[in-house]
Amino acid sequence: MSDYIIFQDVDRCIGCYSCEIHCKANKKLPDGPRLCRIYQFGPKLVDKVPRMAFSFLACFHCEKPWCVSACPSKAMQKRPKDGIVYVEAEKCIGCKLCLYACPWGVPQFIQEDCVAVKCDLCKDRIDQGLQPACVTKCITGCLQFGRRELMPEEQVRRYELLATP
Amino acid sequence: MKKSVFSICGMCTVRCPIRVEVENGVATWIEGNPHILGRSLCGKGSAGLAFHYQEYRPQGPMLRQGLRGGGQWKRVTWDTALDYVADKLGRILDRYGPGSTFLSCRGGPFLDLPKTFLKALGSPNFTNHDAACGRNVHHASLSLYGLGRKDFIYDLKECNHLVLYGRNMLESLKVKEAKDLMEALSRGMRMTYIDVRQTVTGSKASRFWMVRPGSDYALNLGIIHAVIKEGVYDAEFIRKWTTGFDDLANIVQPYTPEWAEEQTGVPAAEIHEFVREIASDRPKVVFHPGWMLARYRDSFYASRSTHILNVLMGSVEVPGGQIIAKGPKDYGKKDLNNLGDGVPKPTEKRADGVGWKYPHFDAGPGLFQLFYPAILTGQPYPIKAYVCYRHDPLTGFPDREAQRAALDRLDLIVALDAKFGETTWYGDVILPLSGYLEKDSPIASQKGKTPRFIVRRQAIEPLYDSKPEWWIFKELAKRMGLDKYFPYESVQELWDFQLKGTGFSIADFEEKGFVDPADKAKLFDRENGLKLKTGSGKIELVSPSLEKAGFPSLDIYREREPLPAGTFRLVFGRHAIHAHGHTQDNPLLHEVFPENNLWINDRVAADLGIAEGDKVEISANGVTAEVKAHITPFIHPEAVFTVHGFGRTVPVLKRAFGVGFADQRMAKGCLERFDPAGGGIAYLECLVTVRKAEEV
Ligand code: SF4
Ligand code: SF4
Ligand code: SF4
Ligand code: SF4
Repeated sequence: MSDYIIFQDVDRCIGCYSCEIHCKANKKLPDGPRLCRIYQFGPKLVDKVPRMAFSFLACFHCEKPWCVSACPSKAMQKRPKDGIVYVEAEKCIGCKLCLYACPWGVPQFIQEDCVAVKCDLCKDRIDQGLQPACVTKCITGCLQFGRRELMPEEQVRRYELLATP
Repeated sequence: MKKSVFSICGMCTVRCPIRVEVENGVATWIEGNPHILGRSLCGKGSAGLAFHYQEYRPQGPMLRQGLRGGGQWKRVTWDTALDYVADKLGRILDRYGPGSTFLSCRGGPFLDLPKTFLKALGSPNFTNHDAACGRNVHHASLSLYGLGRKDFIYDLKECNHLVLYGRNMLESLKVKEAKDLMEALSRGMRMTYIDVRQTVTGSKASRFWMVRPGSDYALNLGIIHAVIKEGVYDAEFIRKWTTGFDDLANIVQPYTPEWAEEQTGVPAAEIHEFVREIASDRPKVVFHPGWMLARYRDSFYASRSTHILNVLMGSVEVPGGQIIAKGPKDYGKKDLNNLGDGVPKPTEKRADGVGWKYPHFDAGPGLFQLFYPAILTGQPYPIKAYVCYRHDPLTGFPDREAQRAALDRLDLIVALDAKFGETTWYGDVILPLSGYLEKDSPIASQKGKTPRFIVRRQAIEPLYDSKPEWWIFKELAKRMGLDKYFPYESVQELWDFQLKGTGFSIADFEEKGFVDPADKAKLFDRENGLKLKTGSGKIELVSPSLEKAGFPSLDIYREREPLPAGTFRLVFGRHAIHAHGHTQDNPLLHEVFPENNLWINDRVAADLGIAEGDKVEISANGVTAEVKAHITPFIHPEAVFTVHGFGRTVPVLKRAFGVGFADQRMAKGCLERFDPAGGGIAYLECLVTVRKAEEV
């Protein structure tokens, strides 16, 4: 895992898909690749109200990233200083091995340029002291960004809830 | 070179404040204005970059060749185009009189320029899209308070209970409001959501009622009945500030919650429980009176009764309720100067009959659809020219064929637009407006808890040969000898004129993108300071002006017949990623939501042999379309639903052309079918049939 995480407060997410667009607009991506996705669950009837939930998924920035090991040209790499996993486009040979290697299908492909692309936690923004595009502009503020050890209490509380039988 | 510009989003009509970053002349980043929105923005807002740099839009002035709508255009210079329009308008004016031109727009805060231009021509015929949107709500509000729809702020910050009737705040969204709503819900605000289908908004509610389509009014009558019977209204406020309470009590006498259950499908026991809840939540209760309510023949009364519930709760001008929006004058400050104030008022009566034939409607923008009969009959006088300013009635209003037949009778259609709308494409001349990042706008004055002056500032140079409004209207006026009504040479001079006497200069906008003439919010005094604009100065539960025009203050409920098998009401709405018909061709938005589908109730679909993803044929009055079915239990069996804005017919819109289907085209005959008391189009008083499409 990288030193940073994006935390999503599912209760606050309104499934507006804005984060997907914020990301694409920021990275000027063409048709096709989307670096984060919102997945809808439901509607499902819970206590007389049909409920929906929306889950935000980008890259997990794994501790031992399969995508990095799979890359033959060292284009996919893990940034030593904070563990962010990213593609260096100039080195990418377009072999798509990272797409196959990632268990969650996270890496995307830019057909026009024949290169892989994935969430890099907006490292250029982080380096300027800013937050990732998706987090910065999320309508409801349900996305939060921070250092892993400062993971919001709420998330910890939820883990605990899940862990207690 | 990097710069940062505060401006205003133009991707939908909400017009959120934004901050734009520009590098070497290219816009690279748009975010919500941090001072107001904490940088939040919706997806459409971010897709504004793609709008400017990728969407195909009018690239210079164009004159139509060949038939209307045929798509043969000739690029001309601005001089040629403006000379052409000025000459043609001048001749029409001379021949048919000053009222022979009408102008329509989408509404909004930046209308001083087009209104001034029309007024300078001597025409009273300014109109907008609102008859296909909020007119019923607006007129209902006027009939009670003498204040319009936009004269109220819903104070979600402190509200205890929000009641929404199909007001899908999280999908048909305003960034600030959606933020505030989620904030309020996390704080524990209750929310009752009433609709014919479940939406994202409803999925966050504490109570969801799926009602029979078109029965909101019946539900309200039942709720009002219970509120009065249980005596859980604000008696003091009602005594002090309303007229006609006893009449109201009489009118709702027969409409018990048990009766309402039969009409709406909402169990009476739940209505009683709801009334107990709001009794404890009041006065911090907001019954949202609706936004887009051009739906049924009784939508006016549905909205009026919703407003009345607020009054009964005493939730007027209290924190957590609905607060009267205040302008600079309410704070003893000077408002902006309007160009329009310098132009003599046109002497002709309005061609749409509003103000004289229909005295109960607000003459401000009148009713758009009533210009068509005026065009066709030449009564009360000929209408020969149409200035279509940032508006697309062929998408927003029903019955394309009927509209076109009327438009065909015009000698001139001038479209001012930054994109190719269906109506723009049907014009004679296109005067391309610059995109919202490419232009400065006049300053606008916004009412609110505290008033605010806002301005759109140019962030980038126009990519094409387009112009801003302040330039186009000035240039047209110049050519028509009406120059004196536009006393400026540059936008800077226009701003100076607007701000004169306010104590502000345009430089004051640099810091945050806006200025606030008053900084601390105040409430009117509920003892004796409510500024209502009715004849009596009170909230008129019984409205003399309505009754004088021949309408009861609250009509009896006209029960709805069961629908014939296989027929439905076609309900339309929005998804967070699209704004009506403006955004379907945007590459980023198209990718997320390329095509609309048709929601059908699961049991109904089973009866019709329709499965998820099947192609179905939907038709009404001779118009047929094919669309993919989406099957869900969470839509009322009498309704089918789709997202509005698809089925575009402008061929240059590569992505949107021919994709999905256009709901408004099914509403044939609905141009003439509007709520007689509220003026809003009754879009849903027309049935569609749905069946599985034949395999080919
Ligand atoms: S792309 Fe997949 S494997 Fe690589 S870091 Fe992200 S989640 Fe892990
Ligand atoms: S962190 Fe940046 S790259 Fe990753 S999903 Fe968010 S916006 Fe996209
Ligand atoms: S922008 Fe925020 S609220 Fe909207 S879908 Fe993304 S995470 Fe959810
Ligand atoms: S709601 Fe979205 S599209 Fe509309 S003005 Fe606000 S940011 Fe722009």
